[in-house]
Amino acid sequence: MKTIANYLPLFISLLFFSCFESKENQYDKAEDIPVTREMIAELTSPPNVPAPIGRRSAKKLIVKMEILEKEGEITDGVRYVYWTFGGTVPGSFIRTRVGDEVEFHLQNHPDNKLPHNIDLHAVTGPGGGAESSFVAPGHEKVFSFKTLNPGLYVYHCATAPVGMHIANGMYGLILVEPEGGLPLVDKEYYIMQGDFYTKGDNGERGLQPFDMQKAVDEKADYVVFNGKVGALTGDNAITAKVGETVRLFVGNGGPGLVSSFHVIGEIFDKVHIEGGDKINENVQTTLIPAGGAAIVEFKVDVPGTFILVDHSIFRAFNKGALGMLKVEGEKNKKIYSGEIRDDIYLPEGPGIQSMPTTDEIVESDIPAKSFEEQMQFGKQTYIQTCFACHQSEGQGIPNAFPPLAKSDYLNADVNRAIDIVLHGKSGEITVNGEKYNSVMTKQMLSSEEIANVLTYVYNSWDNSGKVVSKEMVDSVKNKK
Amino acid sequence: MKGHVFRLLTLILITQTSLFAQSENMAFIKGNRYIPLYGRDSTVVEVKDFEMDIYPITNAQFQDFVAKYPKWQKSNALKLFTDKSYLSNWENDFELKSSEKPDSPVTYVSWFAAKAYCECQGKRLPTVDEWEYVAMADENIRDARIKPDYNKQILAWYEAPRTNENSIGQHPKNVWGIYDLHGLVWEWTLDFNSVLITGESRKDVDKDSNLFCGSAAVNATDLMNYAAFMRYAIRGSLKAKYSMKNLGFRCVKDINK
Repeated sequence: MKTIANYLPLFISLLFFSCFESKENQYDKAEDIPVTREMIAELTSPPNVPAPIGRRSAKKLIVKMEILEKEGEITDGVRYVYWTFGGTVPGSFIRTRVGDEVEFHLQNHPDNKLPHNIDLHAVTGPGGGAESSFVAPGHEKVFSFKTLNPGLYVYHCATAPVGMHIANGMYGLILVEPEGGLPLVDKEYYIMQGDFYTKGDNGERGLQPFDMQKAVDEKADYVVFNGKVGALTGDNAITAKVGETVRLFVGNGGPGLVSSFHVIGEIFDKVHIEGGDKINENVQTTLIPAGGAAIVEFKVDVPGTFILVDHSIFRAFNKGALGMLKVEGEKNKKIYSGEIRDDIYLPEGPGIQSMPTTDEIVESDIPAKSFEEQMQFGKQTYIQTCFACHQSEGQGIPNAFPPLAKSDYLNADVNRAIDIVLHGKSGEITVNGEKYNSVMTKQMLSSEEIANVLTYVYNSWDNSGKVVSKEMVDSVKNKK
Repeated sequence: MKGHVFRLLTLILITQTSLFAQSENMAFIKGNRYIPLYGRDSTVVEVKDFEMDIYPITNAQFQDFVAKYPKWQKSNALKLFTDKSYLSNWENDFELKSSEKPDSPVTYVSWFAAKAYCECQGKRLPTVDEWEYVAMADENIRDARIKPDYNKQILAWYEAPRTNENSIGQHPKNVWGIYDLHGLVWEWTLDFNSVLITGESRKDVDKDSNLFCGSAAVNATDLMNYAAFMRYAIRGSLKAKYSMKNLGFRCVKDINK
């Protein structure tokens, strides 16, 4: 009886003012939305998201989230003990709709050392659930909440010391879709930025512990998407086809830094500002606060590789905040011509650029002791230094960067190759019958690193198998 | 090493005006006043003289205990006092699983079981204040909390997995002669739940209660709090019947003058 009385004014208003509205039940308050049946929530690891909720009605949604403290690789050769929701950084993506009654099971794995909890920004209640979910290792806590406000929300651990739990990777996103769901798009992905603070500097090999002092000072060694350098590059890049609309659920776990999220070569058609209802259109860069999120959407019109960055740009190129969206399909010259002409323009100065130098290149602390180590270290240097232009399989980029794979130019003269890495190269060269005319800058690498990386290149992708030693590099270096 | 214990013992015998018998495998702890991270009123607390087990209780010692007191055997222990994971790394009532070592610290024990063990030895569990007092020492000084290295070492352990499977006594003892307060397992304390962390640790910061004001002091000079925070957090997450893979205990004894 009571419920009917509640709905009566609503029905009347529908009759009088909105005769053309759909017949679906409308509720003034999200808390009044009834739930039907139980459903186990689909959770996904980044960069994937669960299927859209579409037109499904509100349900009792059971979410089972397992906390795992585990070691992973933050970049090649650098290991880190992550604390995770669901085994990944960021944690599993949770997809709900307004009115869902979420029964949350937070499970702390027995092998874990520490108690944890979860604060979901989508929760209306004390601590966002943190108060009810404080769980010791080997235990499970259950609490439930009703999703009242649509939007994209961050969740994170809120156990003392909070900053440390977040810095170690304990964050993720929960989406609350509005009634009827978000409009369908072709591709959806889950990306979350985070900053990491390690005892060693960026790139220092080995297992790196968390550095509290750096975290307090907010001096991050790594700023990354999805928990590690390269989580979204190369083979891990996200993909789309020309003409498709891409929706990115972008979060920022922090703990310290705010993200200026930007996709190089794309303009966001729509941005749900801060993950809320308000939509801004035609946005170049959107600000994502620590502990906040945004939904960005854009149609991809031309093929190519689009780079996702935190436009605080040193973070992108020096600390890891870089991802890739690879778009396949037909070119559209009307939208983007590609290079039309290359003319000479030489107002002054030398032809070969060089990176700013400190004169001293520090030798690697750990010299390679064997061929296997040379290959291993060389690969790390390759990924850090050469990969961006020469690509993961040494295939280069047609018309821009010559291939290193099965390269006649490379295999013909090892000293020339050493010289190019040491001193850079510009001007026309012919590699495997194709002409290239671009610039490679002088690389700031130690002799040891050059020996390793060239050994790696020579022993990969059908090259001649030459082994380059530090002495060979030094002799080229000292020739002049 | 042993010689050092004897030297300490001699020293104690000389300095102590009231003589007492040093118990086996226990070290004398000279009481004092100090400021813990969370005191009962977040000011100075006083710790009286007591003796503390040099090592955490091992699997082997606990095997002897359950042999003598069948009501604490895995299959007999009351559900009121233990949860499902009680001694879950044991094969049966008497034997460890083959993967476990006798000289590893006993874990998967509830507070009730730990308390009973100590009482059966004529001892008791240490209070949080006593435990923290001894644990703030390093190899050289009694209060090492201001040393960055001391805190870093503890934090490194908090991040290292599976340390409960190591043997006792592998790390250097602290200045009291006590081993393994850090680096092996968490340890039960008598009043582990007397400092209530609500689980909503940020609220604890805001709470207008002196109990938690220590938490507001986390800044560059207070790195020590980070390690201590984690101990208070783990204690706050426990209930007396819980058993955990990384949680063991040791006993202390009052000194009867």
